[in-house]
Amino acid sequence: MRANRIVLVCIALLCALASPAFAGKPSGKESSKEATVSPIVQNADADSMRLQGEQRFHANCGRCHAAPQKFPPRMMATVLRHMRVRATITDADMRLILFYMTQ
Amino acid sequence: MLQYLCRSGVVRRRETPAFLGTRLSFSTSLLLFLLLFASAASAQSDGSEKPVPILSGTAGTFSFVTGGQNEIDTQVNPVLLVPLGDHWLVESRGAFEGQFQRPSGGGPYQGPVNKHLDYAQVDYIANSYVTVTAGRFLTPFGIYNERLYPIWIRALQFDPLILGVGTASSDGAMLRGGFPVNSTANMNYAVYVSAASIGANGVESERHVGGRMGFFLPGPRLEVGGSFQRTLQDPRKNLFGFHAEWQPTKLPLTLRSEFARSYYGSGYWTEGVYRLSLLHFWQKAMRRTELVGRGQQFFTGPGNWYAPSQWNLPTWNTREGEFGINYFLHDGLKATASGGRQFSSAGNVNVWSVGLAYRFLLPLGKVGPQ
Repeated sequence: MRANRIVLVCIALLCALASPAFAGKPSGKESSKEATVSPIVQNADADSMRLQGEQRFHANCGRCHAAPQKFPPRMMATVLRHMRVRATITDADMRLILFYMTQ
Repeated sequence: MLQYLCRSGVVRRRETPAFLGTRLSFSTSLLLFLLLFASAASAQSDGSEKPVPILSGTAGTFSFVTGGQNEIDTQVNPVLLVPLGDHWLVESRGAFEGQFQRPSGGGPYQGPVNKHLDYAQVDYIANSYVTVTAGRFLTPFGIYNERLYPIWIRALQFDPLILGVGTASSDGAMLRGGFPVNSTANMNYAVYVSAASIGANGVESERHVGGRMGFFLPGPRLEVGGSFQRTLQDPRKNLFGFHAEWQPTKLPLTLRSEFARSYYGSGYWTEGVYRLSLLHFWQKAMRRTELVGRGQQFFTGPGNWYAPSQWNLPTWNTREGEFGINYFLHDGLKATASGGRQFSSAGNVNVWSVGLAYRFLLPLGKVGPQ
């Protein structure tokens, strides 16, 4: 019974969190580019970003495994999404690492 | 989608019809809910650097010698990653593992081929702070189970003695994320509930609730954290653990350690991995070589004899020291060898391992520009 209640509370929590209102998801184009690097690219120097990306890569990814070879950007985007969840990498780190790994 | 999950073995085959009905109704509503949001998320994608589905995973073959008894272990662990829209990811990992030994009277190697579903989960990246996960997932207790378990990542191929503590698979839901708390520290967390207790081979899980929290300092590359879990089935005990990982910026060295305490037993392991990249001779080879050392200890708890078999805990107080060497033939292929000695009340034995681990990564769609 107690476990069932916990499950119900979790489902309610999931619904609340998954809602765009909670996520604070901006509408339209801004939202669609959340998982890409383009907003940052527009505002920062590419070399500096690459350097930062390399640092974040070594700080986050290098703790568990050696640097893999670079893969095409669409594959790296999937790998980074997976690693963001698995290794709880921050949003900013993920974007910079993705930029570094795809340049 | 449901038919696909049934075919791919995500929905269990050995359950009774009544129980299966309950689980299916729960799973169906969850899937419908997730698909509703998935379709909305997909519709928003602009197609630039759109992630492509991937089949990844590891394959390896090892020879493990424990007290003179040799075991040939051959395994394939495929990982399927299917991104949907900008916020969703469906991911799954299976394990196919053959463990072959010679019978005591002699003869050819023989043994079981085990199949296991490690995780099959749907992730929704809600925002910078929260990712919602539902399905079957790796229990985030400590760091080894989630981050270091794959054979091409782990530095030594023998599992730590305490690996089973708190890491029984979870079927339920989880919230997790990582975010900066200030300019020098990131926080990561995971809270989860596993609602199903399943004893079927290959998809075992237990009912529990728990969480893990850690702080990572990117400057000194130091992470410390702790885990907690409460089992929601008999014997309803609390488990807790701590973990730490440090990678000095000046040295190609990684130090990591975990401690876990439970009703069934407690223990710790400490591991150091040193890459020989700073040596001035044979640089090409040295850059690809790493030396590993691990010390660990396990203390049986009051409930040790009742520990679930899948936890695979020692039944005696045990100490072990192990050293190893890994050579990366290229970034996804490594040769590995290790040796050590295990001390326990049941007798002291030597442990050896040698093998090859390979990581593969294949796109399941066009990878060119859109």
